[in-house]
Amino acid sequence: MAAVKLLGFWASPFVNRVQIALNLKSISYELIEENLRAKSQLLLESNPVHKKVPVLIHGDKPISESLVIVEYIDEAWSDGPSILPSDPFARATARFWAAYITDKWWPLLTEYRTAEGEEAKAAAKEKFFEGLVLLEEAFVKSSQGKGYFGGENIGYLDVVLGSLLAWLRVREVTQNVTFLDKTKAPELAAWADRFTLNPAVVNVLPKTQKLVDFINSFTKAS
Amino acid sequence: MTNEEVRVIGAMESAFSRRVEIALKMKGVKYEYVLENLSNKSPELLKYNPIHKKVPVFLHNGRPIVESLVILEYIDETWTSGPSILPKDPYERAISRFWANFIDTKILGALTKIYISKGKEQDANEEIVELLSILENELKDKKFFGGESIGLVDIVANLIALWLDVIQQGVGKEIFTKQTHPKLFKWSEEYMNCSIIKETLPPRADLLPHYFPSAYASK
Repeated sequence: MAAVKLLGFWASPFVNRVQIALNLKSISYELIEENLRAKSQLLLESNPVHKKVPVLIHGDKPISESLVIVEYIDEAWSDGPSILPSDPFARATARFWAAYITDKWWPLLTEYRTAEGEEAKAAAKEKFFEGLVLLEEAFVKSSQGKGYFGGENIGYLDVVLGSLLAWLRVREVTQNVTFLDKTKAPELAAWADRFTLNPAVVNVLPKTQKLVDFINSFTKAS
Repeated sequence: MTNEEVRVIGAMESAFSRRVEIALKMKGVKYEYVLENLSNKSPELLKYNPIHKKVPVFLHNGRPIVESLVILEYIDETWTSGPSILPKDPYERAISRFWANFIDTKILGALTKIYISKGKEQDANEEIVELLSILENELKDKKFFGGESIGLVDIVANLIALWLDVIQQGVGKEIFTKQTHPKLFKWSEEYMNCSIIKETLPPRADLLPHYFPSAYASK
């Protein structure tokens, strides 16, 4: 059984994705907390291209990019519960939404935060909520009346979107906007609570106050 | 598998829809090609890809899949008797996915900057030379990224073998040549010489006037 190491950072939602996936498969691993302002030699050698966390090191094999790592975990530990669905069309749907969430929807939060002026902020907010409604529809279709995107159990999309919940909640506090709006996305709002309490997740997502303190430490420093 | 309806909505100039065609040809899958005019998008395109409104759209028995990387994985998982697009080993698969992602985020991003700046931004030019060197390193001594035959990364790198080359010609900068990246250049020659690639990619003579209309007027 080759050893598993995860180079991470407690506040990174992308690292959290990998932690949740490892937990779903009940994989024991060593978590190595990186200081992102003084990156370790191991990190620089394991991910020379991007020099970022997360990096999963399985034996002596490093894998980078959170979505790539999650798929790797699913395929390398094929005995455990499946993370991605088995049907190719369902897999394609899950991968589509994973890319949408990561590349298009999540950046809208930053767009909102950094938008200057009322009009720009309102426009960014509208785009964000349009996306939220799309994700609500995707959840309804994917969950088929069950509790998760993956159905009865946590699946790929749950991990991809759910890993962002800690930061979404923090931004609700710091921006004073209810981003996970129950009126716009009732199923997703319920799913969010359910997901956060799931055994594979409960000790992974950082608590809101800790993240608020973390953000404040940056603004004080600058 | 019989009675399978496979359709691809693509565009002449789209590296991304060409990828899907390459994959289908590798697998020997017959498909109907629907040519889209991206400056006047069809109702069908907007219906099947309402979020991104882009090509390619892949339709298998009426069910749409979009995003070229997602489509390539679907094709590989659905038609299992032909040559594999991704390797079998989980670690090798992860490596392939990593580099495909690298091309579609880093290299595509730099290439877009070069095109928009008409090659005048020195930072962008230097950046892409560096990125191509990083990718070239991954090739090692292999003929293709996929080994002896083309795989996922080679398919995705159609962007580099043709589109990057067209754009460098159009802006008049040397960012990818035999001198700058000898190994990767050799790869692109082998790649562009593959029969599937030759019959699937558009001619340079069609791409140049598309991207540089004033310099290369269509005949």
